Amino acid sequence: MHESFVAAQARPPFWRDERVLRVLSQVLVLAVVFGLLYFFYSNMMRQLRETLGIPISFEFLRQTAGFDIGESLIEYSRADTYGRAFLVGLLNTLQVAVLGIVFATLLGIIIGVMRLSTNFLVGLVAAIYVEAFRNIPLLVLLIFWAQAVFLKLPRMKEAIIWPGPTYISNRGIATPWPVPAEGWPAYRLALVAGLILALVVAYLLREQGKRTGRMPLVTLWFLVTWIGAGVVGWFAVDLTVGTPLTLDRPVLEGFNTQGGRVFSQQFMALLSGLVIYTAAFIAEVVRAGIQSVSKGQREAAYSLGLTPFQTLRLVVFPQALRVIVPPLTSQYLNLTKNSSLAIAIGYPDLFAVAGNTILNQTGRAIEVFILVMAIYLFFSLTTSLFMNIYNRRIRLVER
Amino acid sequence: MMRGPRLYIAGLVAAMVIGMIIAACAGAAPTPVGSEEVAAPAPQQETKSTLDIVRERDKLICVGNANLPGFGFLDEQGNFSGFDVDFCRAVAAAIFGDPDKVEIRPTTAKERFTVLQSGEGDVLFRNTTWTMSRDTDLGLNFGPTTFYDGQGIMVRKDSGIQTLEDLNGASICVQTGTTTELNLADQMAARGIPYEPVVFETADEVTTAYEEGRCDAWTTDKSGLVSRQTVLKNPADHVILDVTLSKEPLGPAVRHGDDQWFDLVNWVVYATFLAEEHGITSENVDTFMDSKDPNIRKLLGLEGEFCAKVGLENDCFYNVIKMVGNYEEIYNRNLGPDTIFNLPRGLNSLYTDGGLLYAPPIR
Repeated sequence: MHESFVAAQARPPFWRDERVLRVLSQVLVLAVVFGLLYFFYSNMMRQLRETLGIPISFEFLRQTAGFDIGESLIEYSRADTYGRAFLVGLLNTLQVAVLGIVFATLLGIIIGVMRLSTNFLVGLVAAIYVEAFRNIPLLVLLIFWAQAVFLKLPRMKEAIIWPGPTYISNRGIATPWPVPAEGWPAYRLALVAGLILALVVAYLLREQGKRTGRMPLVTLWFLVTWIGAGVVGWFAVDLTVGTPLTLDRPVLEGFNTQGGRVFSQQFMALLSGLVIYTAAFIAEVVRAGIQSVSKGQREAAYSLGLTPFQTLRLVVFPQALRVIVPPLTSQYLNLTKNSSLAIAIGYPDLFAVAGNTILNQTGRAIEVFILVMAIYLFFSLTTSLFMNIYNRRIRLVER
Repeated sequence: MMRGPRLYIAGLVAAMVIGMIIAACAGAAPTPVGSEEVAAPAPQQETKSTLDIVRERDKLICVGNANLPGFGFLDEQGNFSGFDVDFCRAVAAAIFGDPDKVEIRPTTAKERFTVLQSGEGDVLFRNTTWTMSRDTDLGLNFGPTTFYDGQGIMVRKDSGIQTLEDLNGASICVQTGTTTELNLADQMAARGIPYEPVVFETADEVTTAYEEGRCDAWTTDKSGLVSRQTVLKNPADHVILDVTLSKEPLGPAVRHGDDQWFDLVNWVVYATFLAEEHGITSENVDTFMDSKDPNIRKLLGLEGEFCAKVGLENDCFYNVIKMVGNYEEIYNRNLGPDTIFNLPRGLNSLYTDGGLLYAPPIR
């Protein structure tokens, strides 16, 4: 009797019960969020269906596009579908993103290491680079590259011609490019065989290193084997089947060059802008990573008799990578997403082709944006996935 | 121990259910209780007509252009002027008896339809080509063509280019989101001429790239070429080829779903044609007030109640003519011989002068 009385006293009404309130407040917030989302969605659908009479549909992807695209990695003409035009834009984005990531990483590492140099001048140059490019908005940088650098190159008629020939003009850079010839299928097999051989060599070297305790330069030997196999294979195929690749040289015909590979002015401007901008951030990431490795580690390595290069490769870098990789991932994501600024300088990337031209010709704003957002999301999540897998491999294993 | 997660999941489900209910209530408010299927025809009477919205706001919002001298251009003083702007003012004059109750919402080529569709603007007057897919897919209605245009190509004089065939392998700058992008592709494909399209978002970027020599030619509607030529560094160095790539009927557009508003815009445009046909101008319109001609009396609102049929006062067309002018006045003010453009009327003459302007009768 007495105990139950105390229990009833101790339990406050539910609107003052902290445990209930905690849950209730979350329920309320969620309700509002879901309610708003549902309201916006249903409002949009009602407007589209009843007022404008244009319900959501992706049918337009199968219709004829009717417009041309300046540069494309695949065959494309105005008679193809909107779907294919989407693909053209997607591949153009992918092209600039992949090349951008590779070059930005290389340049970023160089600048980052330079910034730590004990040479005052080298360090200063790197510091100026980072501070200058990190603090200019990317859009400004892109328009600068497009209009003040690449558009100011000589016109086609006065193009700079490098041996090859490579034509450099304000239309872009036309350069000789290898195209597959009759020996290509055979040579492709030779390259695959070379790769397998190189992998075997690398495995054996690594095993030997583990046994003897003296790790050879595995990557170097891997490359040497593969390239060696490639060169030997080239001559073998050339003599038996025919040349694997021929050079397609650009020729000046009329207004433009024909043949070869043309890196257009817009592409070059976009790539330069993205690489230079992102490299400034990557340089800082690399510097932070290297500085995070304590001085004692380096001194210990030296006292064991390791050379400075060995110290960097075997002691400092593996530890720095743990710090470098996560922020590096977000720089890669930024670069990919920033490539959508291509629209400002006329490069036909995914957003320019889909979000601009296709959207305009079809008027299907919602469908087009859903697709564009989904594609960028897919790119970003894929990049993250691979970087996370890599990060897991290199992270500190605590025992 | 299970209490925590279970409570959490229960909360989540509850939140979603409550959210849906709130939204359903909010969403269903204008329609009588209920299921989505029944709702379709009902809300029409309850939603306000465009004219009511415009009257309540006490100004007309036109989706326009700020970068095309002669058609829609924002000058240094911050005023909009041009051919399209004048038609917009004519609609405002018909509704309010005041052509200044207008706000121009400047847009790029690609924004314009979205801005109109979403109700941010009431009517589109932005050198917009009437095409079938825009008329149908975009949920728009196009009014009478106010300007018959055709696509042209501008090249440098010293390039020696005279025909489309001369453009074999050339780079051609073009603005995105326009019919010109499609016409160019069509015409070049039809003639089997290879070329490199270089696509930019705004007309300014297109002309910059062209002037820097990135492109051998650039293309847009002929009126646009003439207009933009005046702002190039050396207008005399450039020439517009004597070829027309396409039909470009430019005119107003409104959203689907408000037929009265569509009629109103149409008849304001027709009134400017009819006024020119009868020789009525902003200056002499008052001398026609005692006219015996029934056609003129109907146009000026002296006979019949024609303006009321589109929801306006009886003097609606009188106001258009008095305050903005007839078609000829609008044309000459913006594009005629006294302007830097000096565009010949050509197809944009009355049908009686061999042009295409032909308004149905008011009766």
